[in-house]
Amino acid sequence: MTNAVDIRSISRSFGRTRALEDITLSVPDGSICGLFGRNGAGKTTIMSILAGQDRPTSGNAKVFGEHPFENSSTLSKISFVRDNQRYPDDYRLHHVLRIAPRFAPNWSVDVAAELVDGLRIPAKIPIKKFSRGQLSSIAIVMGLASRAPLTLLDEPYLGLDITARALFHDLLLRDYSAHPRTVILSTHLIEESEALFDRVIIIDRGRVRVDCERDEASNLAFTISGPADAVDKLSTNRRVLLTHAAGGLRSATITGEASDELVLQARTLGATISSASLPELVAAYGADAPESTLIKKGARA
Amino acid sequence: MFTNEGPIFQQLAAMIADGIVNGTYLEETAVPSATDFAAFHRMNPATASKGVNTLVDLGVLYKKRGVGMFVASGAREILRAQRRDEFRKKYLQPLLRETAVLGITTGKLHSMIDDEGQDPR
Repeated sequence: MTNAVDIRSISRSFGRTRALEDITLSVPDGSICGLFGRNGAGKTTIMSILAGQDRPTSGNAKVFGEHPFENSSTLSKISFVRDNQRYPDDYRLHHVLRIAPRFAPNWSVDVAAELVDGLRIPAKIPIKKFSRGQLSSIAIVMGLASRAPLTLLDEPYLGLDITARALFHDLLLRDYSAHPRTVILSTHLIEESEALFDRVIIIDRGRVRVDCERDEASNLAFTISGPADAVDKLSTNRRVLLTHAAGGLRSATITGEASDELVLQARTLGATISSASLPELVAAYGADAPESTLIKKGARA
Repeated sequence: MFTNEGPIFQQLAAMIADGIVNGTYLEETAVPSATDFAAFHRMNPATASKGVNTLVDLGVLYKKRGVGMFVASGAREILRAQRRDEFRKKYLQPLLRETAVLGITTGKLHSMIDDEGQDPR
Protein backbone atom coordinates (compact mmCIF):
# COMPACT_ATOMS: atom_id res chain seq x y z
CA MET A 1 0.00 0.00 0.00
CA THR A 2 1.31 3.46 -0.82
CA ASN A 3 1.30 6.23 1.72
CA ALA A 4 -0.52 9.49 1.27
CA VAL A 5 1.54 11.05 4.03
CA ASP A 6 5.15 10.34 4.98
CA ILE A 7 6.64 12.31 7.80
CA ARG A 8 10.28 11.64 8.66
CA SER A 9 11.62 12.94 11.96
CA ILE A 10 10.24 16.43 11.75
CA SER A 11 10.62 18.97 14.52
CA ARG A 12 9.09 22.43 14.71
CA SER A 13 10.09 25.12 17.16
CA PHE A 14 8.40 28.44 17.73
CA GLY A 15 11.08 30.47 19.50
CA ARG A 16 11.94 28.43 22.56
CA THR A 17 8.78 26.34 22.35
CA ARG A 18 9.24 22.90 20.83
CA ALA A 19 5.88 22.25 19.19
CA LEU A 20 6.92 19.03 17.46
CA GLU A 21 9.83 16.82 18.45
CA ASP A 22 11.13 14.22 16.06
CA ILE A 23 7.80 13.09 14.65
CA THR A 24 7.83 10.16 12.25
CA LEU A 25 4.60 8.75 10.94
CA SER A 26 2.85 7.76 7.77
CA VAL A 27 -0.77 7.51 6.74
CA PRO A 28 -1.69 4.93 4.06
CA ASP A 29 -3.56 6.13 1.01
CA GLY A 30 -7.32 5.73 1.50
CA SER A 31 -7.20 5.77 5.27
CA ILE A 32 -9.52 7.70 7.55
CA CYS A 33 -7.16 8.54 10.36
CA GLY A 34 -7.96 10.05 13.75
CA LEU A 35 -5.43 12.46 15.23
CA PHE A 36 -5.81 12.84 18.96
CA GLY A 37 -4.06 14.70 21.74
CA ARG A 38 -4.52 17.47 24.24
CA ASN A 39 -4.73 21.15 23.42
CA GLY A 40 -1.26 22.26 22.40
CA ALA A 41 -0.10 18.70 21.67
CA GLY A 42 0.86 19.62 18.10
CA LYS A 43 -2.13 18.46 16.02
CA THR A 44 -2.66 21.70 14.12
CA THR A 45 1.09 22.16 13.59
CA ILE A 46 1.30 18.75 11.90
CA MET A 47 -1.67 19.59 9.67
CA SER A 48 -0.22 23.02 8.78
CA ILE A 49 3.04 21.41 7.70
CA LEU A 50 1.22 18.79 5.63
CA ALA A 51 -0.86 21.52 4.01
CA GLY A 52 2.28 23.49 3.09
CA GLN A 53 1.25 26.40 5.28
CA ASP A 54 4.23 25.92 7.54
CA ARG A 55 7.64 24.28 7.32
CA PRO A 56 9.33 22.01 9.83
CA THR A 57 12.45 23.33 11.57
CA SER A 58 14.10 20.04 10.67
CA GLY A 59 13.17 16.75 9.03
CA ASN A 60 10.86 16.39 6.06
CA ALA A 61 7.19 15.80 5.40
CA LYS A 62 5.93 14.48 2.11
CA VAL A 63 2.40 14.31 0.73
CA PHE A 64 1.90 11.88 -2.16
CA GLY A 65 5.69 11.68 -2.41
CA GLU A 66 6.26 15.43 -2.75
CA HIS A 67 7.11 18.30 -0.44
CA PRO A 68 3.91 20.35 -0.18
CA PHE A 69 5.51 23.73 0.57
CA GLU A 70 5.03 26.11 -2.42
CA ASN A 71 4.30 23.10 -4.62
CA SER A 72 1.12 24.01 -6.46
CA SER A 73 0.46 20.57 -7.98
CA THR A 74 0.64 18.90 -4.55
CA LEU A 75 -1.29 21.70 -2.86
CA SER A 76 -4.15 21.25 -5.31
CA LYS A 77 -4.57 17.73 -3.86
CA ILE A 78 -4.84 18.96 -0.27
CA SER A 79 -7.76 20.51 1.57
CA PHE A 80 -7.09 22.13 4.93
CA VAL A 81 -9.28 24.53 6.81
CA ARG A 82 -7.84 25.74 10.09
CA ASP A 83 -10.03 25.56 13.13
CA ASN A 84 -9.59 29.34 13.42
CA GLN A 85 -9.78 30.11 9.70
CA ARG A 86 -10.20 33.85 8.98
CA TYR A 87 -12.27 35.26 6.12
CA PRO A 88 -12.25 38.72 4.56
CA ASP A 89 -14.50 41.05 6.55
CA ASP A 90 -17.23 41.48 3.96
CA TYR A 91 -17.42 37.79 2.96
CA ARG A 92 -20.72 35.97 2.97
CA LEU A 93 -21.41 32.31 2.22
CA HIS A 94 -21.76 32.83 -1.55
CA HIS A 95 -18.29 34.43 -1.79
CA VAL A 96 -16.75 31.30 -0.27
CA LEU A 97 -18.77 28.97 -2.48
CA ARG A 98 -17.68 30.93 -5.54
CA ILE A 99 -13.98 31.08 -4.71
CA ALA A 100 -13.40 27.64 -3.12
CA PRO A 101 -13.66 25.61 -6.38
CA ARG A 102 -10.70 27.57 -7.78
CA PHE A 103 -8.49 25.89 -5.21
CA ALA A 104 -10.18 22.50 -5.42
CA PRO A 105 -10.18 20.87 -8.86
CA ASN A 106 -12.54 18.09 -7.68
CA TRP A 107 -15.07 20.48 -6.09
CA SER A 108 -18.59 19.04 -5.90
CA VAL A 109 -21.35 21.61 -6.15
CA ASP A 110 -23.87 18.98 -5.03
CA VAL A 111 -22.03 18.03 -1.85
CA ALA A 112 -21.61 21.72 -1.02
CA ALA A 113 -25.30 22.43 -1.62
CA GLU A 114 -26.44 19.45 0.46
CA LEU A 115 -24.21 20.48 3.38
CA VAL A 116 -25.17 24.16 3.22
CA ASP A 117 -28.79 23.12 3.39
CA GLY A 118 -28.40 20.36 6.00
CA LEU A 119 -26.12 22.37 8.27
CA ARG A 120 -28.38 25.43 7.89
CA ILE A 121 -25.58 27.82 7.05
CA PRO A 122 -26.98 31.36 6.86
CA ALA A 123 -26.52 33.03 3.46
CA LYS A 124 -27.19 36.64 4.39
CA ILE A 125 -25.07 37.12 7.49
CA PRO A 126 -21.41 38.15 6.97
CA ILE A 127 -19.11 35.27 7.93
CA LYS A 128 -17.32 37.39 10.51
CA LYS A 129 -20.57 37.40 12.51
CA PHE A 130 -20.93 33.60 12.37
CA SER A 131 -21.14 31.62 15.60
CA ARG A 132 -18.49 29.01 16.39
CA GLY A 133 -20.74 26.21 15.09
CA GLN A 134 -21.52 28.09 11.88
CA LEU A 135 -17.80 28.62 11.27
CA SER A 136 -17.26 24.89 11.75
CA SER A 137 -20.08 24.21 9.29
CA ILE A 138 -18.50 26.30 6.57
CA ALA A 139 -15.16 24.56 7.18
CA ILE A 140 -16.92 21.21 6.75
CA VAL A 141 -18.43 22.34 3.44
CA MET A 142 -14.98 23.24 2.15
CA GLY A 143 -13.38 20.10 3.55
CA LEU A 144 -15.87 17.62 2.10
CA ALA A 145 -16.94 19.35 -1.13
CA SER A 146 -13.28 19.74 -2.15
CA ARG A 147 -13.00 15.96 -2.52
CA ALA A 148 -9.28 16.51 -2.08
CA PRO A 149 -7.09 13.37 -2.19
CA LEU A 150 -5.76 14.47 1.22
CA THR A 151 -8.44 16.05 3.37
CA LEU A 152 -7.29 17.56 6.66
CA LEU A 153 -10.10 18.28 9.08
CA ASP A 154 -8.95 20.17 12.15
CA GLU A 155 -11.51 20.01 14.95
CA PRO A 156 -14.43 19.96 12.51
CA TYR A 157 -16.97 19.61 15.34
CA LEU A 158 -16.22 22.71 17.39
CA GLY A 159 -19.50 24.20 18.50
CA LEU A 160 -21.47 21.95 16.18
CA ASP A 161 -24.86 20.63 17.31
CA ILE A 162 -25.53 16.90 17.46
CA THR A 163 -27.78 16.80 14.37
CA ALA A 164 -25.09 18.54 12.35
CA ARG A 165 -22.41 16.13 13.62
CA ALA A 166 -24.46 13.12 12.53
CA LEU A 167 -25.05 14.71 9.12
CA PHE A 168 -21.32 15.36 8.79
CA HIS A 169 -20.52 11.69 9.59
CA ASP A 170 -23.11 10.48 7.11
CA LEU A 171 -21.89 12.67 4.30
CA LEU A 172 -18.24 11.98 5.01
CA LEU A 173 -18.80 8.21 4.79
CA ARG A 174 -21.13 8.37 1.84
CA ASP A 175 -18.88 10.62 -0.20
CA TYR A 176 -15.77 8.72 0.88
CA SER A 177 -17.32 5.45 -0.33
CA ALA A 178 -18.12 6.98 -3.71
CA HIS A 179 -14.87 8.96 -3.96
CA PRO A 180 -12.21 7.37 -1.75
CA ARG A 181 -9.56 9.72 -0.37
CA THR A 182 -7.28 10.05 2.61
CA VAL A 183 -8.74 11.85 5.58
CA ILE A 184 -6.96 13.02 8.72
CA LEU A 185 -9.36 14.29 11.34
CA SER A 186 -8.46 15.78 14.70
CA THR A 187 -11.04 15.92 17.45
CA HIS A 188 -11.64 15.76 21.19
CA LEU A 189 -15.00 14.03 20.68
CA ILE A 190 -13.33 10.65 20.45
CA GLU A 191 -16.12 8.38 21.55
CA GLU A 192 -18.54 9.81 19.03
CA SER A 193 -16.16 9.56 16.09
CA GLU A 194 -14.02 6.52 16.81
CA ALA A 195 -15.91 4.10 14.56
CA LEU A 196 -15.02 6.32 11.58
CA PHE A 197 -11.33 5.59 11.79
CA ASP A 198 -9.17 2.76 10.52
CA ARG A 199 -6.02 4.31 12.01
CA VAL A 200 -5.37 6.31 15.14
CA ILE A 201 -2.50 8.58 16.06
CA ILE A 202 -2.10 9.98 19.57
CA ILE A 203 0.38 12.75 20.12
CA ASP A 204 1.36 14.46 23.32
CA ARG A 205 3.82 17.31 23.88
CA GLY A 206 4.87 17.22 20.26
CA ARG A 207 5.70 13.51 20.21
CA VAL A 208 3.94 10.54 18.68
CA ARG A 209 2.74 8.24 21.46
CA VAL A 210 0.50 5.84 19.55
CA ASP A 211 0.34 5.18 15.83
CA CYS A 212 -1.55 2.03 14.91
CA GLU A 213 -4.62 0.51 13.30
CA ARG A 214 -7.88 1.26 15.06
CA ASP A 215 -8.42 -2.36 16.02
CA GLU A 216 -5.00 -2.64 17.63
CA ALA A 217 -5.68 0.38 19.81
CA SER A 218 -7.99 -1.64 22.09
CA ASN A 219 -5.04 -3.83 23.11
CA LEU A 220 -2.64 -1.04 23.97
CA ALA A 221 -3.65 -0.43 27.56
CA PHE A 222 -5.85 -1.73 30.34
CA THR A 223 -7.21 -0.35 33.58
CA ILE A 224 -7.06 -2.09 36.95
CA SER A 225 -9.46 -0.78 39.55
CA GLY A 226 -10.34 -1.82 43.07
CA PRO A 227 -8.88 -1.56 46.59
CA ALA A 228 -5.70 0.56 46.62
CA ASP A 229 -3.49 -2.25 48.02
CA ALA A 230 -4.61 -4.68 45.35
CA VAL A 231 -4.16 -2.17 42.53
CA ASP A 232 -0.68 -1.21 43.78
CA LYS A 233 0.33 -4.84 44.02
CA LEU A 234 -0.98 -5.69 40.56
CA SER A 235 0.63 -2.66 38.92
CA THR A 236 4.10 -3.18 40.39
CA ASN A 237 6.82 -3.08 37.72
CA ARG A 238 4.36 -2.08 35.05
CA ARG A 239 4.24 1.05 32.94
CA VAL A 240 1.50 3.12 34.57
CA LEU A 241 0.16 6.00 32.46
CA LEU A 242 -2.55 7.36 34.70
CA THR A 243 -3.77 6.76 38.23
CA HIS A 244 -6.90 7.88 39.92
CA ALA A 245 -7.70 7.46 43.59
CA ALA A 246 -10.36 8.37 46.11
CA GLY A 247 -10.57 7.02 49.64
CA GLY A 248 -9.29 3.46 49.62
CA LEU A 249 -10.14 2.99 45.96
CA ARG A 250 -7.67 3.25 43.17
CA SER A 251 -7.43 2.71 39.43
CA ALA A 252 -4.36 2.54 37.25
CA THR A 253 -4.16 2.62 33.46
CA ILE A 254 -1.25 0.49 32.30
CA THR A 255 0.29 -0.06 28.88
CA GLY A 256 0.13 -3.47 27.25
CA GLU A 257 -2.33 -6.32 27.39
CA ALA A 258 -3.50 -7.95 30.60
CA SER A 259 -2.59 -11.65 30.70
CA ASP A 260 -5.23 -14.18 31.76
CA GLU A 261 -3.03 -14.83 34.77
CA LEU A 262 -3.18 -11.18 35.80
CA VAL A 263 -6.95 -11.10 35.36
CA LEU A 264 -7.29 -14.13 37.64
CA GLN A 265 -4.90 -12.66 40.18
CA ALA A 266 -6.94 -9.44 40.14
CA ARG A 267 -10.14 -11.34 40.72
CA THR A 268 -8.76 -13.07 43.83
CA LEU A 269 -7.61 -9.69 45.17
CA GLY A 270 -11.02 -8.11 44.54
CA ALA A 271 -9.92 -5.86 41.66
CA THR A 272 -11.23 -5.74 38.11
CA ILE A 273 -9.39 -5.36 34.84
CA SER A 274 -10.85 -3.92 31.67
CA SER A 275 -9.22 -2.91 28.41
CA ALA A 276 -8.87 0.85 28.00
CA SER A 277 -11.27 2.43 25.52
CA LEU A 278 -9.88 4.83 22.94
CA PRO A 279 -10.99 7.91 24.94
CA GLU A 280 -9.37 6.41 28.05
CA LEU A 281 -6.19 5.73 26.11
CA VAL A 282 -6.02 9.31 24.84
CA ALA A 283 -6.72 10.68 28.32
CA ALA A 284 -4.05 8.43 29.80
CA TYR A 285 -1.37 9.55 27.36
CA GLY A 286 -2.39 13.14 27.94
CA ALA A 287 -1.76 12.72 31.66
CA ASP A 288 1.46 10.79 31.25
CA ALA A 289 4.98 11.97 32.06
CA PRO A 290 6.98 12.74 28.91
CA GLU A 291 9.76 10.15 29.01
CA SER A 292 7.71 6.98 28.63
CA THR A 293 7.91 4.48 25.84
CA LEU A 294 6.50 4.90 22.40
CA ILE A 295 3.96 2.45 21.08
CA LYS A 296 4.09 1.90 17.41
CA LYS A 297 2.50 -0.87 15.46
CA GLY A 298 1.17 -1.68 12.05
CA ALA A 299 2.88 -2.36 8.76
CA ARG A 300 3.97 0.69 6.90
CA ALA A 301 6.30 1.15 3.98
CA MET B 1 -23.89 0.81 19.19
CA PHE B 2 -20.36 -0.49 19.59
CA THR B 3 -18.84 -1.29 22.95
CA ASN B 4 -15.32 -1.27 24.23
CA GLU B 5 -15.08 -5.06 24.17
CA GLY B 6 -13.13 -6.34 21.20
CA PRO B 7 -12.41 -4.88 17.78
CA ILE B 8 -15.28 -3.13 15.99
CA PHE B 9 -15.10 -5.43 12.96
CA GLN B 10 -15.74 -8.43 15.23
CA GLN B 11 -18.63 -6.63 16.86
CA LEU B 12 -20.19 -5.99 13.46
CA ALA B 13 -19.65 -9.65 12.50
CA ALA B 14 -21.34 -10.68 15.77
CA MET B 15 -24.26 -8.34 15.06
CA ILE B 16 -24.81 -9.84 11.60
CA ALA B 17 -24.39 -13.35 13.02
CA ASP B 18 -27.06 -12.53 15.62
CA GLY B 19 -29.36 -11.51 12.79
CA ILE B 20 -28.79 -14.84 11.06
CA VAL B 21 -29.32 -16.95 14.20
CA ASN B 22 -32.50 -15.14 15.23
CA GLY B 23 -33.92 -15.28 11.71
CA THR B 24 -33.69 -11.63 10.64
CA TYR B 25 -31.49 -12.70 7.73
CA LEU B 26 -32.76 -15.96 6.26
CA GLU B 27 -30.56 -18.41 4.40
CA GLU B 28 -30.19 -17.69 0.68
CA THR B 29 -31.40 -14.13 1.12
CA ALA B 30 -29.34 -10.96 0.78
CA VAL B 31 -27.80 -9.07 3.70
CA PRO B 32 -26.98 -5.34 3.46
CA SER B 33 -23.65 -4.58 1.79
CA ALA B 34 -20.55 -3.55 3.72
CA THR B 35 -21.11 -0.02 2.40
CA ASP B 36 -24.66 -0.07 3.78
CA PHE B 37 -23.47 -1.29 7.17
CA ALA B 38 -20.76 1.39 7.18
CA ALA B 39 -23.26 4.12 6.37
CA PHE B 40 -25.87 2.85 8.83
CA HIS B 41 -23.53 2.37 11.78
CA ARG B 42 -21.45 5.41 10.79
CA MET B 43 -18.32 3.34 10.75
CA ASN B 44 -15.22 3.07 8.61
CA PRO B 45 -15.99 1.25 5.33
CA ALA B 46 -12.77 -0.79 5.56
CA THR B 47 -13.74 -1.93 9.05
CA ALA B 48 -17.21 -2.87 7.82
CA SER B 49 -15.73 -4.92 4.95
CA LYS B 50 -13.45 -6.68 7.41
CA GLY B 51 -16.47 -7.57 9.56
CA VAL B 52 -18.46 -8.91 6.61
CA ASN B 53 -15.44 -10.84 5.31
CA THR B 54 -15.00 -12.52 8.70
CA LEU B 55 -18.36 -14.20 8.05
CA VAL B 56 -17.42 -15.00 4.46
CA ASP B 57 -14.33 -16.81 5.77
CA LEU B 58 -16.55 -18.77 8.17
CA GLY B 59 -18.71 -19.91 5.24
CA VAL B 60 -21.71 -18.06 6.66
CA LEU B 61 -21.97 -15.42 3.93
CA TYR B 62 -21.05 -15.70 0.29
CA LYS B 63 -20.77 -13.19 -2.50
CA LYS B 64 -22.94 -13.38 -5.61
CA ARG B 65 -21.07 -11.49 -8.27
CA GLY B 66 -22.77 -8.26 -9.17
CA VAL B 67 -25.67 -8.91 -6.81
CA GLY B 68 -24.35 -8.72 -3.26
CA MET B 69 -23.79 -10.69 -0.08
CA PHE B 70 -26.02 -13.67 0.69
CA VAL B 71 -26.51 -15.92 3.70
CA ALA B 72 -25.20 -19.40 2.87
CA SER B 73 -27.42 -22.45 3.38
CA GLY B 74 -26.43 -24.12 6.62
CA ALA B 75 -25.18 -20.79 7.98
CA ARG B 76 -27.55 -20.81 10.90
CA GLU B 77 -26.39 -24.23 12.04
CA ILE B 78 -22.71 -23.27 11.72
CA LEU B 79 -23.30 -20.26 13.97
CA ARG B 80 -25.44 -22.20 16.44
CA ALA B 81 -22.75 -24.86 16.79
CA GLN B 82 -20.16 -22.17 17.39
CA ARG B 83 -22.33 -20.55 20.04
CA ARG B 84 -22.98 -23.84 21.82
CA ASP B 85 -19.20 -24.08 22.22
CA GLU B 86 -19.12 -20.59 23.70
CA PHE B 87 -22.09 -21.18 25.98
CA ARG B 88 -20.04 -22.65 28.81
CA LYS B 89 -17.58 -19.79 28.91
CA LYS B 90 -20.03 -17.00 28.24
CA TYR B 91 -22.97 -18.04 30.41
CA LEU B 92 -22.24 -21.06 32.64
CA GLN B 93 -18.96 -19.92 34.14
CA PRO B 94 -20.18 -16.41 35.08
CA LEU B 95 -23.39 -17.96 36.44
CA LEU B 96 -21.44 -20.33 38.69
CA ARG B 97 -19.14 -17.53 39.86
CA GLU B 98 -22.14 -15.42 40.81
CA THR B 99 -23.91 -18.28 42.63
CA ALA B 100 -20.72 -18.85 44.64
CA VAL B 101 -20.62 -15.14 45.60
CA LEU B 102 -24.30 -15.24 46.64
CA GLY B 103 -24.01 -18.52 48.48
CA ILE B 104 -26.53 -20.31 46.27
CA THR B 105 -25.97 -24.05 46.50
CA THR B 106 -25.89 -26.29 43.45
CA GLY B 107 -29.12 -27.94 44.61
CA LYS B 108 -30.83 -24.56 44.95
CA LEU B 109 -29.54 -23.54 41.52
CA HIS B 110 -31.01 -26.70 39.97
CA SER B 111 -34.41 -26.02 41.45
CA MET B 112 -34.24 -22.37 40.36
CA ILE B 113 -33.57 -23.50 36.79
CA ASP B 114 -36.48 -25.96 36.99
CA ASP B 115 -38.82 -23.23 38.33
CA GLU B 116 -37.71 -20.75 35.67
CA GLY B 117 -38.24 -23.36 32.95
CA GLN B 118 -41.85 -23.86 34.02
CA ASP B 119 -42.72 -20.17 33.73
CA PRO B 120 -44.82 -19.61 30.64
CA ARG B 121 -42.97 -17.39 28.18
